[in-house]
Amino acid sequence: MTPGSMEVPGQFRRSLVIAKKDIYIYFFKGPVLIFGILFPLFLFLAFSIGRDLPMEFLVPGIVGMTVFFTATSVGPVIAPWETRMKTLERLVSAPVSLSTILVGDMIASFVFGMLISMVPLSVGIFLLGGEIASPIAMIVGIPLATFCFSAFGILLSSPPTDTPANVMMLSTFIKFPLIFISGIFISVGDLPTWARYASFLSPLTYFVDIARHSVDGTNFFPWYLDLLALLIFSVLFYFGAVAYHKRSLPKRL
Amino acid sequence: MGHAIEVVDLTKQFNGLTAVDHIDLQVHEGEIFGFLGPNGAGKTTTIRMLTGVIKPTGGTARIFGYDIQKEPLRAKQLMGISPEMANAYVDLSAWQNLIFVGELYGVGKQQRERTAEQMLRHFDLYERRHQKVKSFSRGMMQRVIVAMSLMSLPRMLFLDEPTSGLDVESSRTIHNLVRRFSREGKTVFLTTHNIEEANQLCDRVAIINKGEIAAIDTPERLKRTIRGSQSVEVSFDRYVDIENELGLAGIQRIERRGDKLRLYTEVPGKVACELADYAKKAGLDIVTINTLGPSLEDVFLELTREAERK
Ligand SMILES: Nc1ncnc2c1ncn2[C@@H]1O[C@H](COP(=O)(O)OP(=O)(O)O)[C@@H](O)[C@H]1O
Ligand SMILES: [Mg+2]
Repeated sequence: MTPGSMEVPGQFRRSLVIAKKDIYIYFFKGPVLIFGILFPLFLFLAFSIGRDLPMEFLVPGIVGMTVFFTATSVGPVIAPWETRMKTLERLVSAPVSLSTILVGDMIASFVFGMLISMVPLSVGIFLLGGEIASPIAMIVGIPLATFCFSAFGILLSSPPTDTPANVMMLSTFIKFPLIFISGIFISVGDLPTWARYASFLSPLTYFVDIARHSVDGTNFFPWYLDLLALLIFSVLFYFGAVAYHKRSLPKRL
Repeated sequence: MGHAIEVVDLTKQFNGLTAVDHIDLQVHEGEIFGFLGPNGAGKTTTIRMLTGVIKPTGGTARIFGYDIQKEPLRAKQLMGISPEMANAYVDLSAWQNLIFVGELYGVGKQQRERTAEQMLRHFDLYERRHQKVKSFSRGMMQRVIVAMSLMSLPRMLFLDEPTSGLDVESSRTIHNLVRRFSREGKTVFLTTHNIEEANQLCDRVAIINKGEIAAIDTPERLKRTIRGSQSVEVSFDRYVDIENELGLAGIQRIERRGDKLRLYTEVPGKVACELADYAKKAGLDIVTINTLGPSLEDVFLELTREAERK
């Protein structure tokens, strides 16, 4: 930590300034809309149409998938885009630390994730006839998971490329398998043993578990373990992102 | 006068290539300091180290006493920067770009709006302030970028090749702004490969070549360091094959420059008189005649040639 970055309150406000800029610029970029909204929607339709699955099973799945895809869609775009458009050097030369910039990008991801996730959530609650076993789990779980996945998205954007498509490909390559092992289409308990162990490594597993618990009271892990896991993943992703971006930054200029 | 910039032994290597080679320099508060050198000399690398964008391999740089490595945020808060390769955000308007920088440096709302308006008017962009920068020409874009660097009301300004490749009008408004900024007692550090720009604008110039500083002084004193490059420039009313016809003593060489001839000599006064005599005898009219001292270009060539020989 540099001595200057101890001026924390000032730095947080500057993160908000950066987040505002990100919201203006990146929310409406093609890759964000495609990977953040269309992609999870089609994926979900492909799996649910024609199969006679109960609402109580489908709703937590779509909420989990939306939170995951939306919160990880903005972050990966920003760094390569700013590298390509040559806007990064001014940002880096401003009196803000690298973590201030990354927190700003994370806030933007978080806002996007929260906003978009409200759509399937409200539709889901409506379809369930407003009956939710434990709303509290949802109220705590969604922001925590969104934060966690936003940090994941920023981590994914750390390779020093100036081509958003490269990062998008990499992140889809990593995100896609997670969808299948995280209890969205098949509950964790029904997975083959190897896949179940793999699912423990996916942060999405813990959020989907919370969502299921919240909707119909079923759960694989106790709720506090889910929250703890999300918290630990958040911390790992955040510090990992800062460390990797620090390494790749000189290669971007 | 305190030092705005104090550089000691600053060095940068990129995998074995030494881009900046143990340079020392001081920039006084209030001066316009020019960093002049050919492409690849190490100007941008130096500015990036001074502005805390890249880490030096060795040495230190202080900005108003703050070590750029140890207290980067305090040092950066005092400077405005217009990087060489930078862009404004093309998806934002000129106004939004300026306001963004103001916010990023923590400038209050009223102040940043006032400054943004002043800047846009100075750079003749006010009418188009709400258009996305995407639609701007290269010159307009560069004016936005320089305007952005002033949004934080900095005590010193770093401009990396601010007028390179620009139209005359844009260059002129940027030069005016630099002079105005300097008149307020603030410091400017600018890089350029344009010798005339350095000559016209800078209080002092450092000539950098291959990562090393070859000389630092005022433009006029730099010119005096080299002898033998005084010259007489003359143009006649018609073409003369002077190289062969004129048997003047004391002329080292003759260069043709457009419709003018430049005769290099150590005795310009004498050569001017002899040219007048020659014109009378040959029935020529002299359109213009000037005696010229050494130009900064001569100094530059001399110094870079010297480095070449080493
Ligand atoms: N990021 C980098 N990686 C490797 N070499 C670099 C990098 N930046 C600059 N250089 C090299 O350092 C030297 C100085 O470059 P630069 O400072 O950009 O020169 P100038 O701005 O004077 O044109 C050049 O040889 C250039 O190729
Ligand atoms: Mg340069």
